[in-house]
Amino acid sequence: MASFEAKDKGRYASFTRRSLLLTGGMTAIFGVLAGRLYQLQIVDGDRYLTEAEENRISLRLLAPPRAKILDRFGVALAGSRRNYRVLIVPEQTPEGVPAALDALEKVIPLNDRIRVRVLKDAGARKPFMPVVVAENLSWDDFARLNLDIPYLRGVQPDFGETRDYPFAEELSHVLGYVAAVSPEDKAANVAAPDPLLEIPGFRLGKRGIEKAFDGEIRGHAGASRVEVNAYGRVIRELERKPGQPGQDVYLTIDQELQSFIYDRLKDESAGAAVMDVETGDLLALVSTPGFGQRAPLLRRQADIERVRIESDHKPLINKSLAGFYPPGSTFKTVTALTALDAGAITPETIFNCAGQFSLGSHAFHCWKKGGHGGMNVRSGLKNSCDCFFYQVALKLGIDALQAGARRLGLGQTTGIEIPGERAGFIPDRFWKQATFKEPWQLGETLVAGIGQGYILTTPLQLCVLAARLASGMQVNPRIVHSLGAQKQPRPAVEPIGFSLDALDAVRQAMIAVANEPGGTAYAWRITDPAMAMAGKTGTAQVRVITKEERSGGVRSNESLPWHLRDHGLFIGFAPVDRPRYACAVVIEHGGINSHPQVQLARDALLLAQKRDILGRPPAYPLNSAAASL
Amino acid sequence: MSAHSYNDPRRPVPFHQKLGDIDWLLVGLITAIACIGFAMLYSAADGSFSPWAGRQMMRFVIGFGILVAVACVDLRVWMGLAYPAYVFSLLLLVAVEVAGRVGLGAQRWIELGPLQLQPSELMKIALVLALARFLHGLEPGEISRPTRLAVALMMIGAPVVLVLLQPNLGTAMLLALCGALLLFLAGLSWYWIGPTVAAVVVAVPMVWQFALHDYQKQRVMTFLNPDTDALGAGWNITQAKIALGSGGIVGKGFLLGTQSRLNFLPEKETDFIFTMIGEEFGFFGSMALLVLFAVVIYYGIQIAMKARSQFGRLLAMGITINFFLYIMINGLMVMGLIPVVGIPMPLISYGGTAMMTVMFGFGLLMSVHVHRGVTVPRRSSGMI
Repeated sequence: MASFEAKDKGRYASFTRRSLLLTGGMTAIFGVLAGRLYQLQIVDGDRYLTEAEENRISLRLLAPPRAKILDRFGVALAGSRRNYRVLIVPEQTPEGVPAALDALEKVIPLNDRIRVRVLKDAGARKPFMPVVVAENLSWDDFARLNLDIPYLRGVQPDFGETRDYPFAEELSHVLGYVAAVSPEDKAANVAAPDPLLEIPGFRLGKRGIEKAFDGEIRGHAGASRVEVNAYGRVIRELERKPGQPGQDVYLTIDQELQSFIYDRLKDESAGAAVMDVETGDLLALVSTPGFGQRAPLLRRQADIERVRIESDHKPLINKSLAGFYPPGSTFKTVTALTALDAGAITPETIFNCAGQFSLGSHAFHCWKKGGHGGMNVRSGLKNSCDCFFYQVALKLGIDALQAGARRLGLGQTTGIEIPGERAGFIPDRFWKQATFKEPWQLGETLVAGIGQGYILTTPLQLCVLAARLASGMQVNPRIVHSLGAQKQPRPAVEPIGFSLDALDAVRQAMIAVANEPGGTAYAWRITDPAMAMAGKTGTAQVRVITKEERSGGVRSNESLPWHLRDHGLFIGFAPVDRPRYACAVVIEHGGINSHPQVQLARDALLLAQKRDILGRPPAYPLNSAAASL
Repeated sequence: MSAHSYNDPRRPVPFHQKLGDIDWLLVGLITAIACIGFAMLYSAADGSFSPWAGRQMMRFVIGFGILVAVACVDLRVWMGLAYPAYVFSLLLLVAVEVAGRVGLGAQRWIELGPLQLQPSELMKIALVLALARFLHGLEPGEISRPTRLAVALMMIGAPVVLVLLQPNLGTAMLLALCGALLLFLAGLSWYWIGPTVAAVVVAVPMVWQFALHDYQKQRVMTFLNPDTDALGAGWNITQAKIALGSGGIVGKGFLLGTQSRLNFLPEKETDFIFTMIGEEFGFFGSMALLVLFAVVIYYGIQIAMKARSQFGRLLAMGITINFFLYIMINGLMVMGLIPVVGIPMPLISYGGTAMMTVMFGFGLLMSVHVHRGVTVPRRSSGMI
């Protein structure tokens, strides 16, 4: 027993030693645990707290309502409409999404395409994310749906927002449209990214005013900070910052005038503009055909190309700003004014018209086969005599002529707020030499003098030309009057710099065109003397008239296929004694005897005057316009 | 009350006296730790006793009864039961291997009527009992004799291999470590220990290559670099570290842990419950729990030191080591220091078998304490 005790003592000593060793080891491990806790919770605590918050908090953007676009009288041209729609929340359907769709089909019409899409969307998302089943429901369908909702579990009636254009066709080229955000839009926003673009289904201005003022109309995103769990389900809202709605855009457009002009041109391929000659405010800016609500449906570039190619009326081109037309005889006003101002001719200078003018071996024809006889600037414009202006141009020279054309606003963009404007073209010696490696020919000066050849203009430029002739001021067009209550700045208008006598001579001639018997627009004059218009007609040839045809009689436009007919042009202003409105109309291949472009210009100028400023309702912020009276 | 009365089998110590000899301070500490567990389970259920906290409390009450009952049973009875318990547990392990049902991809449970039994949990106690008994019967230094050591190693090896086959890497590791440490405490010569440690270091790469399942390798790889797969297998570790770290110094407050409440924390009520404590009570809270654990372990070591029988000492140390290894492996795991192996935090994590095993273990520890004066002859085979 003693030996047992002794042995046990030895055993006990060894056990104690090793237990202490083990205790030391355990303490070390506890030290490691404590140290790790110190590192995680105290040293790196802030970092992990941030990560936990990032886990927990999700920022949901709130899209502000898109602001309205209104005309000068406060008529809404673009607004937001409630879009009645129906959603399905997959996890709330008791017997699955297909069964819920079956039940829903008894209430509102659904087709197989919708079914396939809904099932695909539902499969791709978390079960608590609602899936849109149908949009733009009629009120009847929506009402019926709401009545049956107690029996349709998992189905949610809902409304979203859709951009609405009450005058979609008339104003499509001015307003543009909104469409889904493209990768290019995102790329363009890299510098100052707007979080709104990240919202699924967000729509962005793609053309026209919607694009140019998208930032103002769009507003600023609001945000809702929500707590989400690990599966992304929203638990509660922590904070809500409402977005800042965009600013309404007031245009200078008069919707009635715009619609009036559009209706008259809607079957044509045409561009037209009506402008205040003092302020440059555009009352109408029409391009036909419009694309209405169809353009946003042409999502793919290929579709857009197809429409461009297949439709000879080219609805996707904004002809008023980007359609190029030879100005034809309307350009004679430029030739006349520049020559008078430069002293190349006086109002009394007379050139003879024998039906053609020979330069070297080449004959340049007048439109009137027998010729007009002796013409001065007044009768030359009134009769639109080509031979007179060949000789004026020859005397003036291309250098002075092109400088005068530029001074009147041609060959350059007008700076209108709508994107996509093109500059047109005014040729000069340097361009000719650089492009064709040939010097400028005198014959080309002659052709330029009557607005043919290389010269290209847009209807808006022609309207600016008319306005500058009428006011003698360097007016530029504008279409946005104010953003919200903030008026757009209006740059001071300088005189155009042509002598008043020259301007007056051209104006008198233009008055003669539309008011004296024999004037090319006399048949379509405004008979009320207080509202009488002045103007200049033009036709632009789009085909070559051969020598054989000329000798046998030029074919009438009516006998030609549409695409070979001349373009019909007209510029004008009214009233003649104190001009207020300028107008330009270009109808592609519309150069027929009834002169629809002149008729339209007359009616548009008449309507514009009848709807003059005194009749303006107070919705339009008037102060600056009233001050100019 | 003399300690000697425990040594005389003819005059059994009355039950009420044994109750008095129980170290109620230790029992109180254990209860305190369990209460922290209840609170966390209550919080994990978003402030509700169901489904976890209520049931866990019921289990603790039962476990408490087991603790007291086990503590009052004579140490020599436990010695006598050591081998039968070991053999029974081993048979159950074989049974799960043969007929166990598949749960969570691993065969760990066996159904005995209404009871779901996890034999690997039983084995944790049984192995300690059996090893303590075996080592008790050896002369000093005898364990270093190859024949004896071979027997001891087989006793450890058999259950470890069976548990590995389940496969349950965590528990196998725990069993192996616990057994090895008992051999160490029993006086195994350093001449054995040194080369073995060296061999293990060499063997690790080979085990990696040939013995580990793909999912186990995956766990290790993910552990080594959790960010490569932060939403997949690395999710647990990443989110556990975020939960712990975001608690900061004082924590987010009771019931206010966002990581757990919003389900970012996986297995928050079981293996990862410690991270909840870290999140809601911060560095102070988690350190307080570690200190409580350390005090319990200190108590365990004290009980072992004071026992007069080698069986009692080894049993008490074995139980304490087991408890410590639970805490160590779980702690290192949730803090991202070792790979995720399914080991719960004792007394805190939700789970019935673990609670019963731990309370049974503490019962044995307390039995050693109550019967600390009992001397047991080396050749005794206990009493039944």
